[in-house]
Amino acid sequence: MKKFTAIVYARTMEFLRDKGTFYWNLLFPLVLVIGFSIAFSGNNNFIFKIGVIGEPQGSRVSFLELSSIEIIKYEAEKEEIIEKIRRHQIDMLVDFNEKTYYLNNEAAASELLRILSSDELIDYTELDVTGDPIRYVDWLVPGIIGMNMLFSCMFGVGFVIVRYRKNGVLKRMKATPVSPFVFITAQMVSRFIIVILTSVLVFAGTNLFLHFVVNGSYLLLLFVTSLSIFCMISFGLIFAARLKSEELASGLMNLITFPMIIFSGVFFSLEGTPKLMQTASKFFPLTHFIEASRAVMIDGAGIIQILPHIIALSVMTVIFLLTASVLFRWE
Amino acid sequence: MFLNMDAIMRIDDLKKNYGSVKAVDGISFSISEGICFGLLGPNGAGKTTTIEMMEGILSPTSGKVYFRERKIDNHFKQKVGIQFQNTALPEFITVRETLVLFRSFYPNPRSLDEIIDICSLTDIIDRDNRKLSGGQRQRMLLGLAIIPRPEMVFLDEPTTGLDPQARRNFWDLIERIKAERTTVLLTTHYMEEAEILCDQIAIIDHGKLMEIDTPGNMLANHFDGALVRVPHIGRQDLQVEGSTYQGDCLEITTKNLDKTMKELLNTGLNLEGLTIKKPNLDDLFLKLTGTSLRS
Ligand SMILES: Nc1ncnc2c1ncn2[C@@H]1O[C@H](COP(=O)(O)OP(=O)(O)OP(=O)(O)O)[C@@H](O)[C@H]1O
Ligand SMILES: [Mg+2]
Repeated sequence: MKKFTAIVYARTMEFLRDKGTFYWNLLFPLVLVIGFSIAFSGNNNFIFKIGVIGEPQGSRVSFLELSSIEIIKYEAEKEEIIEKIRRHQIDMLVDFNEKTYYLNNEAAASELLRILSSDELIDYTELDVTGDPIRYVDWLVPGIIGMNMLFSCMFGVGFVIVRYRKNGVLKRMKATPVSPFVFITAQMVSRFIIVILTSVLVFAGTNLFLHFVVNGSYLLLLFVTSLSIFCMISFGLIFAARLKSEELASGLMNLITFPMIIFSGVFFSLEGTPKLMQTASKFFPLTHFIEASRAVMIDGAGIIQILPHIIALSVMTVIFLLTASVLFRWE
Repeated sequence: MFLNMDAIMRIDDLKKNYGSVKAVDGISFSISEGICFGLLGPNGAGKTTTIEMMEGILSPTSGKVYFRERKIDNHFKQKVGIQFQNTALPEFITVRETLVLFRSFYPNPRSLDEIIDICSLTDIIDRDNRKLSGGQRQRMLLGLAIIPRPEMVFLDEPTTGLDPQARRNFWDLIERIKAERTTVLLTTHYMEEAEILCDQIAIIDHGKLMEIDTPGNMLANHFDGALVRVPHIGRQDLQVEGSTYQGDCLEITTKNLDKTMKELLNTGLNLEGLTIKKPNLDDLFLKLTGTSLRS
């Protein structure tokens, strides 16, 4: 245990004092999140988006013809559309068939829309929905943090151990009574602490001015994050098991991480992408982290709803760890 | 030699092949407890390969390594201190932190103060590992090697690259370790160092053991007498007893200096630059391996 904590301490100090890497790990995701939130905010030609179901009976509903209003006709389940109002993706839903309309209490637009529509939707019932708006950043933040986690885990464990092997630190360890198991576990724990802290910091830091929507439990979010970090570190260990060349290691890791980032839905939703790609993405730890944490944050999912992701992450972790330990060599 | 009752380590027909390269080609010897044993040989002779097999770092292609007549096991690593020829240290941490880290690996480590004292680390104790000079680094690495209060230390070229003063200081450190009855296995390219520090020397070349003995015996067996050297003679046809040619240089090993000098004078040779000296290990090394140690 003494050996273990000493190695964790040394490795963590090495990270903290390597200022370049330290700030990179922290600033890169911060800048990305904020950059995207600026890039994707506003620039909408329409002032209001109104969803409609069915056709108006009798007289024309003239306010719906205003040029600043975008009309979206829905055939889908009403529940889904109401959910869109809850997330402020549309501002209003008018159901001509049932003579009802829906507004979001929390939305600034609702007041104006109520006045605009009051003359024409006379015998309609108003039903209210509550919910904070979901912006692109809310949806994006788990992706960015996940991506940063992936880089930090792969390179902070995989790459660093390859470097240790190349420059002889591992050989020096082999000459001591420290077992590979203790050494590697200590590396993992140190990296785990670093990654979980940076993830929390990035989230809390950007949250200060972006005020993310978190509908689910923070504790569950933390659990999913921890499990995912553990899984990604284990994945990085596979690369660390044998390789001696840093160039080869970083090449291979880039080769693997980039498709993961593109196909795990960091920047865009996987809905509508080819089936094959969606299936492939199920083998990436990042996909499960992103989907599970989006579900918790945005949909307020509980542990039951995200259980498939938790199981997938756990199984992958075990497979990665087994593979890495079979392959591992000091030299 | 094979019935060395107080041997702390013994190797038996040790071999290591790298593809077709026979880095170590059947070496056997034993090391008595408490001595300083020197492993000498030119570059590429197989010193590092031999010592790393003895440390349990490299696995031999064939042959056996015994520590106190037992195969080396996990406890072995708690009992020995190792300094590699090229060691990397964890980066971004200080000498003190490195010592603390390595102390945590052993059951009964030496105290920090004791290590600092033995290896004179006071001045550099809070310096980053990456910012040590060659000599400071070697002192620090020796410090790591002696942490476990080892029964035996392995030092692979600990003084290579040090200035003469730093080398002398390092010898003092090794003498201190020897004084604790710690067995020392040392490789070096400096004959002078081996003569001063080592109780026993093994000379290896091309992966084979050429000679093993105390420095004194070795010299006595090979050269009893003096070595006369005449530089730049420009010919190789002189009939003087005991003469050999090293390039442009005539060398004569002789027991009868009077007779040799008379013979030399009779040749009418220009004797300018002639030297007479007692042969040392450098000369012996040259004789055995045909290469100078430091070439
Ligand atoms: N990993 C390796 N792969 C292939 N050949 C090797 C390897 N390590 C050593 N050798 C070869 O084995 C031989 C012995 O090398 P070794 O390092 O033991 O020499 P040495 O006596 O320590 O030399 P030096 O004085 O230069 O340190 C050399 O010919 C070297 O090229
Ligand atoms: Mg060597």
